[in-house]
Amino acid sequence: MSDILALTAAETVRRVGAGDIAPAEVWETYRERAAKDDLNAFTWVADAPPEEHGGGSAGMALGGVPVAVKDLFCTRGVPSQAGSKVLEDYRPPYTATAVSRLERAGAPLLGKTNQDEFAMGSSTENSAYGPVLNPWNRERVPGGSSGGSAAAVAAGLAPWAIGTDTGGSIRQPAALCGVVGLKPTYGAVSRYGMIAFASSLDQAGPFARDVTDAALLFRHMVGRDDRDSTSLGPEEEVALPEAEDLAGIRLGVPEELSGEGIEPGVLEAFNDTLRRAEGLGASVEPCRLEHAPHALSAYYLIAPAEASSNLARFDGVRYGLRANGDDGLLAMYTRTRAAGFGDEVKRRIMLGTYALSSGYYDAYYGRAQRVRTKIAEDFRSAFERFDFVVTPTSPSVAFPLGERTSDPLAMYLSDYCTVPMSLAGIPAISIPNGRSQGLPTGFQIAGPAFSENRVLAAAHALERAIGFDGAEARA
Amino acid sequence: MSGDGQAWEPVIGLEIHVQLKTRTKMFCGCELSFGDPPNVHTCPVCLGLPGTLPVANEGAIHFGLMIGLALECDLAPRSIFHRKNYFYPDLPKGYQISQYDEPLCRGGRLGDVRIHRVHLEEDAAKLIHVGASGRIHGADASVVDFNRGGTPLVEIVTEPDVRSAEQAREWLNLLRTTMRQLGVSDVNMDEGSLRCDANVSIRPAGSAELGTKTELKNMNSFRFVQRGIEAEVERQRGLLESGRPVVQETLHFDPVSGSLTSLRSKEEAHDYRYFPEPDLVPVAVTEAMIAAARAELPELPAARAQRYERELGLTTDSARQLAHRVELGDYFERALAAGDAQAQPLANWVGGELVARIGEADPARSRASPEAMARLVAMVAARTVSTGAARQVLEELVTAGGDPGEIVAARGLGAMGEGDELTGVVAAAIDANPEAAEKIRSGRAQAIGPIIGYVMRETKGRADGGEVTRLVRERLGV
Repeated sequence: MSDILALTAAETVRRVGAGDIAPAEVWETYRERAAKDDLNAFTWVADAPPEEHGGGSAGMALGGVPVAVKDLFCTRGVPSQAGSKVLEDYRPPYTATAVSRLERAGAPLLGKTNQDEFAMGSSTENSAYGPVLNPWNRERVPGGSSGGSAAAVAAGLAPWAIGTDTGGSIRQPAALCGVVGLKPTYGAVSRYGMIAFASSLDQAGPFARDVTDAALLFRHMVGRDDRDSTSLGPEEEVALPEAEDLAGIRLGVPEELSGEGIEPGVLEAFNDTLRRAEGLGASVEPCRLEHAPHALSAYYLIAPAEASSNLARFDGVRYGLRANGDDGLLAMYTRTRAAGFGDEVKRRIMLGTYALSSGYYDAYYGRAQRVRTKIAEDFRSAFERFDFVVTPTSPSVAFPLGERTSDPLAMYLSDYCTVPMSLAGIPAISIPNGRSQGLPTGFQIAGPAFSENRVLAAAHALERAIGFDGAEARA
Repeated sequence: MSGDGQAWEPVIGLEIHVQLKTRTKMFCGCELSFGDPPNVHTCPVCLGLPGTLPVANEGAIHFGLMIGLALECDLAPRSIFHRKNYFYPDLPKGYQISQYDEPLCRGGRLGDVRIHRVHLEEDAAKLIHVGASGRIHGADASVVDFNRGGTPLVEIVTEPDVRSAEQAREWLNLLRTTMRQLGVSDVNMDEGSLRCDANVSIRPAGSAELGTKTELKNMNSFRFVQRGIEAEVERQRGLLESGRPVVQETLHFDPVSGSLTSLRSKEEAHDYRYFPEPDLVPVAVTEAMIAAARAELPELPAARAQRYERELGLTTDSARQLAHRVELGDYFERALAAGDAQAQPLANWVGGELVARIGEADPARSRASPEAMARLVAMVAARTVSTGAARQVLEELVTAGGDPGEIVAARGLGAMGEGDELTGVVAAAIDANPEAAEKIRSGRAQAIGPIIGYVMRETKGRADGGEVTRLVRERLGV
């Protein structure tokens, strides 16, 4: 059993395919570990794999290696609560496209992972089902909002996992937990069945122990989906990365995202890896993302505006929590939403409602969209000179539980380096980048739209050079 | 200002919602239905379940383009959907997907009314209030039927070009005919596939400024639209003439009591927080899509009326009367194709005598075949049957069908010629009306009425009025 735990997911798939390991053995190893989860990473763990994949999974592309899925993906008949009390024990009648694609490829659902309520947060402390603990230090947060998926992979409770990233919700927890997290190009993975936070930003992606695992899982998530008009699918098939050097690769380091506000230890680890990149043949030069410092401000208008509308459906009429009374419709609405939503969700609904209000729209939502366009243009011009833009993923290592819960602005700054790529809709990966204060840090690589194969290749080369070992968190 | 004798001009704009009869809903694959058991045509998308996404129905866009072409609109090469946010139990997502500042079609004209815009949106579900009143106030409970939720709608907004309640009703009839002709909707107000709101203001006649408008909501028949507008124009006139202002508000017209009640004032108006729907991509209308829509356009009532005037020489009134009721125009054309009758007399008979007998019913379902109608009109023209007798023949055609020639023969309704029989009756009529005869002799030709009446009574209408007049004048030497 411990042998299986030591294997990457891709290696496990290979051995299952070769007949060295039975899929049932893999399933049991991880199911048992997930069931014993003491990080509060899971909100639900499967008893048995879906029957249709039980027998024949050895021959399937993902070999029956199970996947942990962020709670906000709808999974048929299985609690899909998006970390919210308003959806307590809500069991959807259908399964999200990304999840069913993985199931069809041979990765059965291992369990649902804890998250910040409706993906609003950077520490997973906003979950109605309690905070997730960081496996590297249980007094610290795993990051968020996909903290459950990141912690589960880091702690070896799951071989791999999927999450969603709206402003950093895959990359930042991946960095804080010492795993790989990829936010794909907007549109690469279908959003159908993802309980929406901010529709123009939400994007699903993989969490994995290494870049190869991330690429393999991502390969079976992508593709145009007729149920999501905004999905495009990649222009080429996802390749498993093989690059071992960065010969001729030009890395741009935006001064706006790699100086002030970054913890010294994180910055030091980042600079170390820039030197490794040069050692692998890359050129490293500063670049400008002039509007990046305004990204958070724009993000905190656009995302809450969309959220205020996306969350209107949680009204107690059809599903989920209903706080009843006999004093009329409006009272039922207000009581349901007052009881069902947590503070951060309420804060963002109010922010977003205000930003869209008549008379304020142009000054807030309209202006934020113009900033978003400028940021996308900044990246476009950067990619004329550089193959990738690289930054630290998170300004800090995992912070202590409770440190930022009463200071929303400090919490929002956790996504300072990840939000610009979200606004531009471009792919970005975070890979483990050594440790600071004993805790993992992350290195972020962002490329042009649909350049995932090149991003994964560069990440693969750097990953080998960094040589991060996450075994300690799985112990 | 007392306003005595002040003439007021109503200024009316209409907003019409038309349910499209596509196979499936606007943003999901559920089939459209009417009258099925509640909540059988639903899916996660139209129920607004968490995680679901809309996908725009190409068929609805196609119908929208056909409507835009029929209304002579500019078709936007790129239009986008917006979210219109408000809470109500018939709106499962908490917002309606509609179009806002970039609609599918702008500008245009139908008849004498300009079109402001045409846009696509989704219908709400249906709320059913359980309890005695049937309305939301005083209901014991309200339940929701989502079968209708997500049905494709076009909203057609006119410019404020309508100047009377009657004109509003007539124009709505033309619009309904046009939609029916396009085959894009059942346009049935009883079933809610056509709904109308009216924006009403009045101003002193001759003024170019617009008065404060009110909005009349959801009147469910064209007659109620007319009555509602009439009532609102009267109400506003009463206010202004007594020196009180019209307040901008939304009103409900109760056709039973004829009264108007305020639903909400301007201050209470919703802030819908419109923003571009991020779950949908822009609608990019290609030349091929426009060509496909154009290829399916049938001849529309306005064009048909023009053709009747230009090619058949019908009067404007006749042409519009026939063309604006598709089934009447179709009947007229079949009768014309039979080749017996001239266009204008046929139009007069179809639009006058036939409509007087069948009302709003489809003439194709009457027992009077278009061919029989044509023969009857031809017989009148040939004077083989008098107008009066022909009315009797038509009466029988409508109730029992048959051939006009056979009916005339069987009932002895054939026109009386110059023969002795008619001459004798005319002589007797003059003898019976000496005063009238005297007046005619003294030059008052219009005094002939009683004499003709006598002849018609005696001949049971078989005599031709013109022929009788000629014989009377001949006999009296005038």
